[in-house]
Amino acid sequence: MSLREIHLTVNGEARTATVENRLLLVHCIRENLGLTGTHVGCETSHCGACTIHVEGTPVKSCTMFAVQADGKSITTVEGLAGPDGISPVQEGFWEEHGLQCGFCTPGMMMTATALVRVEEEPSEAEIREAISGNLCRCTGYVNIVRAIQFAHRKIHSPAPVPVMAHEGGE
Amino acid sequence: MIPAAFDYLAPASLDEAIDLLARHGPDAKILSGGMSLIPAMKIRLAEPAVIVDINGIPDFEYLREEGGQLHIGAMTRESAFEQSGLVRHGYPILFETAKVIADPLVRNRATIGGNIAHADPANDHPATMLAVGATIVARGPNGTREIAADDFFNGFFSTALEDGEMVTEIRVPAPTARTGSTYLKFERKVGDYAIAAVAVNLEVDEAGHCTSARIGLTNVSDVPMRARNAESALIGHAVNAKSIEAASREAAAECDPKADLRGPVEYKRDLVRVLAGRAIGRAVARAQGRTH
Repeated sequence: MSLREIHLTVNGEARTATVENRLLLVHCIRENLGLTGTHVGCETSHCGACTIHVEGTPVKSCTMFAVQADGKSITTVEGLAGPDGISPVQEGFWEEHGLQCGFCTPGMMMTATALVRVEEEPSEAEIREAISGNLCRCTGYVNIVRAIQFAHRKIHSPAPVPVMAHEGGE
Repeated sequence: MIPAAFDYLAPASLDEAIDLLARHGPDAKILSGGMSLIPAMKIRLAEPAVIVDINGIPDFEYLREEGGQLHIGAMTRESAFEQSGLVRHGYPILFETAKVIADPLVRNRATIGGNIAHADPANDHPATMLAVGATIVARGPNGTREIAADDFFNGFFSTALEDGEMVTEIRVPAPTARTGSTYLKFERKVGDYAIAAVAVNLEVDEAGHCTSARIGLTNVSDVPMRARNAESALIGHAVNAKSIEAASREAAAECDPKADLRGPVEYKRDLVRVLAGRAIGRAVARAQGRTH
């Protein structure tokens, strides 16, 4: 059994893991790196529960070997929240009830996070197409779509700051 | 699902990759996007002793027009076809083909070179490559050679690639002003393989006659195939409802589907007839500049 040391940036932090060549990236993330937010669903590239970002691109981490992430920067669901709190996508899932059992949610939010970067507001059809590699068996997707729409609005067209009616100065 | 153990090699150049393939022979398997190979390794359908990961080879992902052809680097991801304005407007059949492969997350990893070299008759690019008359560029220990798509797919999951050769580039002829092409796929759900799909690439002259036609079929034969009888039913004929219907019946007759969980033979043949009719109609409309 050949072991290899890999060095990767995980949610902005330099990490090292000692892995077998055949170890799938999702297992490395959960078991070697201890980040269990990324879920293992089908393990057959269908469900998308294991979606993470590799160099900013959402991919299914059950269909990559950990050694392929050597030298790369990856982001998992644990990396979404910033110092100021949860991300707009997380807030969208919270506000719009974009989850029920929550199993698909980490992967769904990673796909959504990449989607809402694009400035032009995606149509409902475009959102459904973008999340077509992420399966949810609870919600019927309606509230997931709403959650993503919420996040896009929050990022790209923040609500105008209420203008106070100033009459004649302070 | 744990793959069998393997040695992992990640060459930093094409030369190095070719050397490694020569050194390890049939023990080695190339890892490109991995979207077919890794699932096959998980269920131990594939147990390569050596993996040669070509993801680290620089300048292997590109889409550029050169000498009347679109040159496509073998490691170009399927998502790149969706994002490319050049492809979307200049080569709509490539856009339409890439867009229906698996799902968006898979397409972020999956490569055109892998899709073609894997030669799964259910894969989407082979039919399109047959329809557009693509050239597959392969490199091996004896240098580089060009293989016509017509000669490339030669058996069930089998290609004209020699031992130690790998696909490095795909070249697609630029369409003329009178070319119309399209890829039409019918699948049970997003991400599934085609029940059937039809790739059409044809030219129509000013008088409304079809002057050239190439039609590729997906997942209705052991080897990605051209519907040559359907092509003959179009070439030299006026394109109208009657000739399109005749061509689509030929396609249904000459394909060779197997009954499986996607349906019985009769259903698949009839689906080919319907899809071929629609795809030819759409390609003709594009050739005549009526739609894009």
